Order: sequence, then C-alpha cells, then structure tokens
Amino acid sequence: MTLTYYALTGAVLVGLGAYGLLAVPHLIRRIIAFNLMGSGLFLFFGAAGARGGVPDAIPQALIITGIVVALSASALAVGLVVALARRSGKAFLPDDYPADDEDRAP
Amino acid sequence: MTLALDLALCVLILGVALASVAGGGVFRAVIFFITYGLFVAMAWARLGALDVALAEAAIGAGLTGVLLLAALGRLRRMNATSPPHRTGLHLPAAFAGAALACALGWAWFALPAPSPPDLGPVMPQSGVGNRVTAVLLNFRAWDTLLESIVLLAALLGVWMLAQDKDWTAPLGPRYHAQAGGVLASFGRLLPPVGLAFGVYLVWAGADSTGGAFQGGTVLAAVGLVALMSNVMRPPRVSQGVLRAALVLGPAVFLCAGLLATASGGAFLSLSPALAKPVILTIEVALTISIAVTLALLVIGASGDGEYAP
Repeated sequence: MTLTYYALTGAVLVGLGAYGLLAVPHLIRRIIAFNLMGSGLFLFFGAAGARGGVPDAIPQALIITGIVVALSASALAVGLVVALARRSGKAFLPDDYPADDEDRAP
Repeated sequence: MTLALDLALCVLILGVALASVAGGGVFRAVIFFITYGLFVAMAWARLGALDVALAEAAIGAGLTGVLLLAALGRLRRMNATSPPHRTGLHLPAAFAGAALACALGWAWFALPAPSPPDLGPVMPQSGVGNRVTAVLLNFRAWDTLLESIVLLAALLGVWMLAQDKDWTAPLGPRYHAQAGGVLASFGRLLPPVGLAFGVYLVWAGADSTGGAFQGGTVLAAVGLVALMSNVMRPPRVSQGVLRAALVLGPAVFLCAGLLATASGGAFLSLSPALAKPVILTIEVALTISIAVTLALLVIGASGDGEYAP
C-alpha cells in the first residue's frame, strides 16, 4: 500500500512537471518543472523496483545516475538561460509572447 | 501509524511541488523546490533506498538549489525582465499533464509485478558489500562510465556559452564575503568537516551507504563554500591541474576497462580477485572528477566581471 502512495505521488509529479513545462513562461521555473518531472519518474521507478519486498539495487543505481545527469542538464539549461538573458535582456522565450510588440504598436 | 506518516509525506511533497510550479514569484519557487528535494529525500529513506536518499538530498536539493539561486542572482544583476504573470489555468497544458499522470497511474495498477533479479549469489564476486555500489561500478559499469563522460560534456557545453573575451577570466561570478560575517566564518568552519564527511562517504560506500557520487557531491559543496567565502581563489579554464582533475575519473575508468580486455576478459569486466582494489581505485579517481565537475557546473561559465550580491 505504501508503495502505491509513492508511485501515485510520482505519477502526479510527472503530470505537474509537464504542466509547468508547457504553461509557465519563466525559464528558471521551466527548469524547476523539468526537474519535478524527472524526480517524479524516479519516485515511480523506485517504488516499482521495491515491489519485490526489498528495494532492488539496480533501479537504485540507475536513479542515482539519473539524479546526477539531471543536475548536469539543469546546469547546461541555466547556462543557456543566462546567455539568453545577456543577449536579449529577457528571462523567457520571445515565442511565448509573440503578440507583445503588436500590442504596443498604435 | 507509519501509513499516516507516508501519506503525510506524499501530501507534503505534492504541496510543495504545486507551490513551486504554480505559486507566485520565481525566488519563492526555487525555495519551494529546495524544500521539495528534502521531502523527496525523506521519501527515499522511507522506501529503504538510503543511497538514493543521500544523492537526492545532496544533489537534488543542495546543488540544484545553489545552481538555481545563483542563476536568479545573475538574472537580477543583468536586469533581465520576467514574463508577465499569467493567472488562471492553462487548459491544454493542464489536460496534457493530467493525461500523463493518469497514464502512469494506470500503468502502476496494470503492469504485473516483476520478480527482481537476485543479486545475492553474485555479490561475493563483486568485490564490495554495498549492492548499489556493486551495480554502479561492476555489474553496470557501462552506465557509470558513460555518465561520467556526460558530466564532462555538460561542463564543456556550459563553458562554451562564455563570451570570447571572458575565456581566460576566473570562472563563475565574483563572490564577496563580508569579513567576519556569517559566510566568511562558515567558509572556514565547514570545509574541514565537509572534507572528512565526503571522504568518509566514499570509503564507506564500498560496504554500506554512500559512494563516489554522494561523497563527490559533498566535496563539491565544500569547494563551493570555500569559493563563495573567498577562502579559495576562483579557478580558470586554463589551469592544467583543473583539466587533469576533470578527466582523471573517466580516464582511469576507461583504462581499467581496457586492461580487462587486454587480460582476456570482456570490456569493463572485473575478475573477482582484483575487483575490490580496482573498484576502490576507480571510485577515488571518479570522486575527484565528480567533485570538480559538479562544482564547476554549479558556478557556471566566466561572467563578465559581474559581482554576486
């Protein structure tokens, strides 16, 4: 029963992360949403790996690998956001607000 | 009683996750995300996966938190504009998220429970007592070798984002710590404790909870504290020692794999007699590389003389 709680929590986290990734324009918040998705999947996977009674070592090792890779992907993403902000002065993608310039035009 | 604890933990995890996605303010979102990482680490401990709990607390909550806070600081100093806050639910995205969550929930009940492979009989050949370490460095060494190379590739990607004129400048933003302030004191107090703990985690990882990744992360954190409090000088891309430390782990790992091929085995296979010393050698080299790579990933590319707050 306990495992089901954690697996379903993981499933909801993946959905929440996907929502954030699609709906939230601020890029740092998108990186957070992306991390929530990853960590939700890990939780689901880890709970699934523990169904045999004792926690299985193979999913655990893969999850540790995944956590480290998620950090390196986030660091690269942060680097890209900072580079974008340096060039354009914005912390969001222009595609998310295509109507911005038209609105300001008389 | 324990059921109530698990249920409360799940509710807390979902609550802080929701707050970091939907709450107002980016800074608040980052803080909620750090809290989220700590709650998830507790969930891992409840699931009996202590190695994952350590990795999540150190990397997921700790280093990712520092990375995001530092990014916010950099954006603020550049006066980057935030997008206007949207209120209300973004319906298509909500539908996609809900569908994904439902599909995963359905999969949990629909899929048959697998019988996990029993590592018990092969553990004596692995050379270590911790099963997770045995999987990481012996049974599935390929994954770990490629992961160490992924880390290196990510760092190269971060460095490539620097402007040409900044290439030889010190890495990361410039930090300043008030003399006698909290940061300056912690910069002197924490590193010795952190060093001892990090080395202990690596050493203990062979037979109990811990390992190269967790230990390496603690050592990276020590480096970050020392950098931020100006106890240590910021590194530069051109430093030979730094570059050597970055490739040491993957290089030793590759050499060990190739030596196994040369002595008649498969690539990355370990003979039971030599497994323990070879794994320890790889772990020490990997820890050094992981620590340096993670710390450099977190501080980022050379900034154009920008100061941290």
